[in-house]
Amino acid sequence: MKMIKLKIDGIETEAEDRTTILNIAQKLGIKIPTLCHHPLLEPYGVCRICTVEVRSGKHTRMVTACNYPATNGIEVLTNSPRVQRDRKMIIEWMMSQCGHVKVLENLAAEYGITEPRYGRGDDDCILCGLCVRVCSEIVGANVLGFFNRGATREVSTAFGETSEICIGCGACAYVCPTDCLKMEAETLARFRTLPGSERLCRYSLMGVAEGALCANSFRCWKCEVEQRFHDQLQTHPIFLGRSMKMKEIDVYLNQLNEMRG
Amino acid sequence: MPRVSIEDLKKIRGNGKSGAKVIKFRTQVLVCAGTGCISGKSFETAKALETEIEKQGLSREAQVVKTGCQGFCAEGPIVIVQPDGIFYRGVRAKDVPQLVEAHLLKGKPFEKLMYTPPGQHQPIPLLKEIPFFAKQKLVVLRNRGAIDPERIDDYIAVEGYKALEKALTQMTPEQIISEIKKSGLRGRGGGGFPAGIKWETCRHAAQHRHVDPVLVCNADEGDPGAFMDRSIIESDPHAVLEGMILGACAIGCKEGFVYIRREYPVARERLSKAIEQARDYGLLGKNILDTGMDFDVEVVQGAGAFVCGESTALMASLEGRVGEPRAKYIHTVEYGYKNRPTNLNNVETWANVPLIIHNGAKWFASIGTGDVAENPWKGSSGTKVFSLVGKVNNTGLIEVPMGITLREIIFDIGGGIPDGHTFKAVQTGGPSGGCLPETHMDMPVDFDSLTEAGSMMGSGGMIVMDDQTCMVEVARYFIAFLTEESCGKCVPCREGLRSSLEILNRIIRGKGTEEDTGRLQEIAEVMQDCCLCALGTSASNPVLSTLRYFKKEYEAHIKKHQCPAGVCKELIEYSIDPEKCDGCHACVRVCSVHAIMGEVKKEHTLDKSMCIKCGACIEACKRDAIRKIPRSYAA
Repeated sequence: MKMIKLKIDGIETEAEDRTTILNIAQKLGIKIPTLCHHPLLEPYGVCRICTVEVRSGKHTRMVTACNYPATNGIEVLTNSPRVQRDRKMIIEWMMSQCGHVKVLENLAAEYGITEPRYGRGDDDCILCGLCVRVCSEIVGANVLGFFNRGATREVSTAFGETSEICIGCGACAYVCPTDCLKMEAETLARFRTLPGSERLCRYSLMGVAEGALCANSFRCWKCEVEQRFHDQLQTHPIFLGRSMKMKEIDVYLNQLNEMRG
Repeated sequence: MPRVSIEDLKKIRGNGKSGAKVIKFRTQVLVCAGTGCISGKSFETAKALETEIEKQGLSREAQVVKTGCQGFCAEGPIVIVQPDGIFYRGVRAKDVPQLVEAHLLKGKPFEKLMYTPPGQHQPIPLLKEIPFFAKQKLVVLRNRGAIDPERIDDYIAVEGYKALEKALTQMTPEQIISEIKKSGLRGRGGGGFPAGIKWETCRHAAQHRHVDPVLVCNADEGDPGAFMDRSIIESDPHAVLEGMILGACAIGCKEGFVYIRREYPVARERLSKAIEQARDYGLLGKNILDTGMDFDVEVVQGAGAFVCGESTALMASLEGRVGEPRAKYIHTVEYGYKNRPTNLNNVETWANVPLIIHNGAKWFASIGTGDVAENPWKGSSGTKVFSLVGKVNNTGLIEVPMGITLREIIFDIGGGIPDGHTFKAVQTGGPSGGCLPETHMDMPVDFDSLTEAGSMMGSGGMIVMDDQTCMVEVARYFIAFLTEESCGKCVPCREGLRSSLEILNRIIRGKGTEEDTGRLQEIAEVMQDCCLCALGTSASNPVLSTLRYFKKEYEAHIKKHQCPAGVCKELIEYSIDPEKCDGCHACVRVCSVHAIMGEVKKEHTLDKSMCIKCGACIEACKRDAIRKIPRSYAA
């Protein structure tokens, strides 16, 4: 692989050609804030909070670190005055929609915003699209999507109804940075109406476990396996299924299958 | 009609077969069948002409041809009699008998329907002498109003597909690309990126990755007041097709798409017809002109989203996904439609290609500004089609050489501002363009000058505004349009536009604060920095350009609570001048809310609390007695 040289905040470094600036910065321990980014999902670049300044030759442009492929000889500034101004404005804009969301309030405090100039809205969803993307890219269920355009844009299931194809994996709720997804409960309630012999454990619906039935009638908070997944792997099983930790998941699969008999 | 060979094409161009139709008749009556004239019932006029010619026994001598848009849309329905070159305007079916009798039977041009410039009395009979046409230079629109766009033979007869013939038989793909590069042709869709460089990158990307590249023609023209692409397709669809086939030949594409708006039914129909005809002739499909080249074009309809004019959103829509842009850090010429190298150009760009190949790069580069032979970025060659609309006498479609001044366009071609008003600003480049004031009237119109002045070439909308236009309201209008059309994917565009609109709405209601102009400026700058796609980064142009050139108007709204142009309804009120009012009662009759009271022949009064400021009374009053005055806040 071709290697390139670049400079981030004055630090000279080498990286593989076309690695994203965010990846390079993270390796160097430089913090760039992100909202719509998840390491296992394709970069989406919509929250724009990871905007950084890139200089190459005489040109200066503002790019999003999460999806900008670094090229040889560029100089990146992750915290210049212009970057700070832009990020501040973006935080304020987001707060004008979602004024009481924890992640935004933390960012606001970090960037010295005491009171956003465009007011505080009451929405919860920052439209980062993580849930939509996890559902299509990783789960493959395509239950969630964006509806409407512009300021009226929202995340919803098809026609706003409880989805027939949702497997209740809860990955959407897991990735949501603002905890605003509440659809899971409805889908699980729908599962509960199924005849007993069809009540598959949601891990089997996710393809993580094979053909086990749910012993808890989809009251996932009572599920021991779920608890263990969460406590010990610190991530949602759907990501494990697709990431490199196959060994760990094998152990859990066995345990799960043993438990279900 | 079976497949044709190169020999057959020559025959059609000469005097063989059906192409001869074009010259067999002594006289041709060209009726404009562009969308503007069609809505003015030009089909009825054409039908009446055919019947009348038949009735007078002239059907062997005169032929009625329905052509594409003539451009002078303000004067439609338009009829031109060739070879005399006489221009008739506003020809209704009822005028036809007189016209046929005078011109075709007696050979004496019919003065009553000729065009008379505003403020003059002597009509101008000849098309080429009418100022609207005289300063234009037709390259892309060369065949407008001269051929029947629905007949491929007509196009072939006027040297059509000759460039293709030349390219396929005498040129290598590299030569075609080098010719386009040397011509300096820059993308006419708004970006102004040199077409030759784009083609070359696309060809290399395809060869490098061993993937078939794709060709796309962007006909998703969504700017308010713009209709260039529609007219080009309506008047000369084969020119666009020929351009695309040439592009395909140069880049090595086998597959092409035309992404066209659903709102353009006539253009779509003509284009589909043209594609069918070209397929029949073997100019599209497998083994084009027996040279072994394969290429076919599919027409895809857009569903009317403004954002789908952006190339990545358009490609997403082509793939069947939601039309939303993605980051362009990796260009579409490398990874575009279905991750294949994709070369997208606008309708007008494609229509320029056949002439460049036919006449050579030197000829094309000689039109316009700058020396582009070495570096296409160093100037703007060729012509540009504009749709000239707004407060100007001659509205319509014009094609001018690059480098012409705005004054020439607006005052010579456009015929100045109507009704004795004065010029205030011209908005170029669609909603994301900017408004340029009187001081920029002598600026040359080309890509770089317009960008430098804070506007842009855009796809070619040109909206003229007079002294009765409020620039704050104009900015608000465009921001409202863009807020509605923003896809909402990225935060700065979605929220930035919304907060700009809130501020502008406040200002036009007289509730703005002194910080507001500064805030607008900052929002605009951050949007330029941070938006995901070009529509977002340019969306703040209407605000930035009006702030730059018309700051006084913003200040009048904010500090004095006045709208200098008398447009913003909440800052004005209507009043009746008692000295001028003669009590004719005309205003009372038109007022829909009964806000005007008074008896006939006596002075009328206006109840300001009821008035909705619709302006109907001002139009009805013959004595100019009703005035818009600044609203009195003291009361």
